[in-house]
Amino acid sequence: MGQIQLKQVQKKFGEVEVIPPLDLEINDGEFVVFVGPSGCGKSTLLRLIAGLEDTTGGNIEIDGADATDLPPAKRRLAMVFQSYALYPHMSVRKNIAFPMKMAKMPEEEQNRRIESAAKALNLTDYLDRKPGQLSGGQRQRVAIGRAIVREPAAFLFDEPLSNLDAALRVGMRMEIGELHKKLETTMIYVTHDQVEAMTMADKIVVLQAGVIEQVGSPLELYHTPRNVFVAGFIGSPKMNLIEGPEAAKHGAHTIGIRPEHTEISTTEGLWEGTVGVAEHLGSDTFIHIHGIEGCDPMTVRASGDVAVKHGDTVYLTPKADQIHKFGTDGLRMS
Amino acid sequence: MARSVTNQRKAINTAAAWIIGLLIFFPILWTILTSFKTEAQAIADPPLFLFFDWTTENYSTVMERSNYGRFLWNSIFIAGGSTILGIIIAIPAAWSMAFVPSRRTKDILLWMLSTKMLPAVGVLYPIYLLFIQFGLLDNVYGLTFILMLINLPIIVWMLYTYFREIPGEILEAARMDGAGLKSEILYVLTPMAIPGIASTLLLNFILAWNEAFWTLNLTAAKAAPLTAFIASYSSPEGLFYAKLSAASTMAIAPILIMGWFSQKQLVRGLTFGAVK
Repeated sequence: MGQIQLKQVQKKFGEVEVIPPLDLEINDGEFVVFVGPSGCGKSTLLRLIAGLEDTTGGNIEIDGADATDLPPAKRRLAMVFQSYALYPHMSVRKNIAFPMKMAKMPEEEQNRRIESAAKALNLTDYLDRKPGQLSGGQRQRVAIGRAIVREPAAFLFDEPLSNLDAALRVGMRMEIGELHKKLETTMIYVTHDQVEAMTMADKIVVLQAGVIEQVGSPLELYHTPRNVFVAGFIGSPKMNLIEGPEAAKHGAHTIGIRPEHTEISTTEGLWEGTVGVAEHLGSDTFIHIHGIEGCDPMTVRASGDVAVKHGDTVYLTPKADQIHKFGTDGLRMS
Repeated sequence: MARSVTNQRKAINTAAAWIIGLLIFFPILWTILTSFKTEAQAIADPPLFLFFDWTTENYSTVMERSNYGRFLWNSIFIAGGSTILGIIIAIPAAWSMAFVPSRRTKDILLWMLSTKMLPAVGVLYPIYLLFIQFGLLDNVYGLTFILMLINLPIIVWMLYTYFREIPGEILEAARMDGAGLKSEILYVLTPMAIPGIASTLLLNFILAWNEAFWTLNLTAAKAAPLTAFIASYSSPEGLFYAKLSAASTMAIAPILIMGWFSQKQLVRGLTFGAVK
């Protein structure tokens, strides 16, 4: 079981309130991603759940029992850190065994679990090495191994992939996803990378300045962002947000249109602009277009073989049914 | 052109380093040389440097007159005991200052260090009275305790500096892995800080070994370490430089040998954290 409930949880550092009282429910077996820009309080929230920081107010319940004042060791949670945080003086085997040693588990059981974790994570050949002799990806696997042998109620990941190179990151992302499918244990994952959030999560929690902006499945957030912040944060490239007369035509303060929901033409269209930088990815081309009132530059996704070059005049037409409208308060207008 | 200037500079620096090194070492060398002279040669004018009749007579006299073994054992006991006791007390103190600092941590550290700025003689009287009260005068345990207190600020400071270099996330990982405070310090922090702890041990052992003020003032016969052994040759019978030098050489030899073998560790310890 790994159901976690936050009730009016609040955190202040001195006079500074980094997390105003918030409520959140994480169901058993869910893969929840906390996402938001740097300094939005997502790591702090994770550390509050872990017990590495004390709450200023509110309650944290794990499987229905109040865990607010429990030390980290007693919460049955395992954590994987950004820096891996392996014990440099211990071999891989001892690193993985450490939580079981602390739990005074019989040695036979420890060895059985180490072997099975090492097999699952491709670490069998490295068990007698020290962390310093491993690559970044292998170290991260050891950190995951150390977390899974405990069979915790939930796993907490604090930006675990940010120290890896891009190719390795994609691979590890899939491995963590697979692991979740296999273990069916609750996972809470913190990242500032919305691509990671979109690809891995069952449920995304978007945070800004300690406030939950929206909670929902990746596609819910993508298709019906609750406010301008979520609209701009989720999706890559970002949604184009247009203010001013164009928005007023739709009776809104701000309208949003995703790069893939805009038709581009060299002959006719609603808005006229000039091609700036074009990013050719092969399958797609992202074109940045200047000169459109209220949104400069506007990003448009076109096919990979689109024939436009810097300085060309182009015309854009948004798909009417894909326009997101937001009011003066920044909230979505239904 | 630039290269020749660099080489010239290098030569000057090397020469300067050697001169400073020799100047620092000269009194020790002179003491060792004098210990092999007769009393007459020791006070000869002009002084004799290397060309004199070498004799080990002073050493035999010193060995006959004093129980070197007992002084040596007292020194080992007091220096070793005070250092180990200090480390045991300082590890948790430095842990809390390094990893769970409060707003006053810096003040506490400075205050602890400020006790080292007080002249020791300023507290001799109260400490002496306390020692009489508790029957600790001329007692190795009393001396071990007082030397531990004297060096504790330095031990805490040194360990604090080393601990600050250890990433806090590793200790947090240990906490998540179910380690209590004791296990965290015992299985994770201490093994990771071994180089730092070793240099702290060495330096404080040397400081305690050489400490003369308290060891001379609080001991008489039973608990006297090697500092008292040297002192016993300096005054009562007038000046016997050669015997005094022999006693000094015998007192500093063990620590000099230990320092020689551990110099790499000591230098690393003293410059730790200076370059990342």
